Amino acid sequence: MRNLTRLGRVLAVAALLTFLLGPFLWQGLTSLTPEAELGGRGWPSHLTWRAWAGALAREDFLWSLFNSLVVAAATTCLCLLCGAPAAFALARLPVPGRGLLLGGALAVSMFPPIAVVSPLYLVLQQMGLLDTRAGLVLPYATFALPLTLWLLTSFFRQIPSELYRAARVDGCTPFQAFRWVLLPVSGPGLATTALLVFVFAWNEFLFALSFIHSPGRRTVPVAISLFAAEHAEPWAEIAAASVIATLPLLVLTVLFQRRIVAGLTAGAVKA
Amino acid sequence: MSLARRLRTERAQAILFVAPAVMVLVAVALVPILAALWLSFHRSILLFGERAFVGLDNYALLLRDTRFHAALLRTLYFAAVAVTIELLLALPIALLLHRAMPGRGFLRAAVLIPWAIPTVVSARIWGWLFNPDYGLLPRLLPASDVNWLGTPGYALHAAIVVDVWKTTPFVALLLLAGLQGIPEDLYRAARVDGAGRWTLLTRITLPLLMPAILLALLFRTLDALRVFDAIWVLTEGGPANTTETLSVYAYKTLLRAGNFGYGSAQSVVTFLVVMAVGVIYLRVLGAGREG
Repeated sequence: MRNLTRLGRVLAVAALLTFLLGPFLWQGLTSLTPEAELGGRGWPSHLTWRAWAGALAREDFLWSLFNSLVVAAATTCLCLLCGAPAAFALARLPVPGRGLLLGGALAVSMFPPIAVVSPLYLVLQQMGLLDTRAGLVLPYATFALPLTLWLLTSFFRQIPSELYRAARVDGCTPFQAFRWVLLPVSGPGLATTALLVFVFAWNEFLFALSFIHSPGRRTVPVAISLFAAEHAEPWAEIAAASVIATLPLLVLTVLFQRRIVAGLTAGAVKA
Repeated sequence: MSLARRLRTERAQAILFVAPAVMVLVAVALVPILAALWLSFHRSILLFGERAFVGLDNYALLLRDTRFHAALLRTLYFAAVAVTIELLLALPIALLLHRAMPGRGFLRAAVLIPWAIPTVVSARIWGWLFNPDYGLLPRLLPASDVNWLGTPGYALHAAIVVDVWKTTPFVALLLLAGLQGIPEDLYRAARVDGAGRWTLLTRITLPLLMPAILLALLFRTLDALRVFDAIWVLTEGGPANTTETLSVYAYKTLLRAGNFGYGSAQSVVTFLVVMAVGVIYLRVLGAGREG
């Protein structure tokens, strides 16, 4: 009986791992399979890096990696710059309309992004920011800001309030206390938040598809979604490009697994 | 400095701290929503630069547009089916992850993989798996002669599969966090009283997990109602518009047809549907917490 339940558990873990990793590993295998053997039965006769070389030889794809990196990094910086002081105030200062602000942030996080595509398109057009990387940063930061506020507010609340009060008693202004006492001990919270915002911005699709036209300015998700439309379905290269676009995220995720899980579930534990 | 004055300066400083975040949220989220509402009262074709106030005409059109009704019902169906499957799969996964066993750390890292993969890439991965000529699934599935992505009735369910794969891990992690909050003592006490596994699950685990389950339900439902990425990459709403959801139809009206007036009306209704569902959920959650 005991062995039977253990066998059952092993089978369950195996099924789970197949479900979680199988599709991505299959994509990886596809990217290494010779073009002629795609869809064939059985194991490929040999593995080849040709599709990887092909994907990496596409200038537009390389640009898209760079574009995504720039946009995601800028979004992360902007989010933390706006979000960290606000979260600190929400955690430690008597902010008027505190509940309204946190509730409003929650409401924004529920927004379907399509609802603001048309006005943002017109505004970006008028400001000359349509079809630019800069034009993506502000909308991205806005939609990542609620997450930033919630995560950092709960993080600043976990820092003992004695630390802040001691700084004030010693003559710091609230800003000095924030800048020189709280920020230096907030590394883990800021890093977790930055990571989640970066992943969000790297993955965003609807705004990037709507606001960017030039092939050289596309972000990675748009480039990958349009890979087939421009060329005759190069399946192995698409597979290689998807793996390349995902690898940096997977490395980050595995390295910072605990932090990410803590960040993702921070809201759930408190509720 | 008097206490009252000190409090006033504290408040003034607090306002300075939150001002940038508030300004961004107002300028890029609140104002655009109102602007979308304003646009939806106009006939506005992007290409011709024309703009004329037409009142509620666009909404009258929505009421007659059967394609829009179908998209609305399809979106609700997509969200209901996808979220139900995700919860049913996530619960056993969370229970499994909660158990102490060798390799648990590895398993928890593996759970994050589908979450970290961009939705566009997941749709690509599954589009390849479903590919009628080269894909793995048509060879493994019983109905192997069906072209999943090209057949009405099947394609939407292929999109549901992508959504389930991508987001079940997130739900499982939320539930896992809930499980970790249940005190071990409760189980010990119940076992002393002779409770079996099934009783433990239904009398302790599930009731105490309810807040986490409801929260996951809220997050996931609102997210599924705005589905766009997976469907756009898999089928662009096809075949014959049978995978067209609210966001997909609105996107096509706005950026394919350049019809900003009518497209904005669709966007506004999408917004209202999502918000209405959100408010209903929060009411239920709030009532549950008080009760």
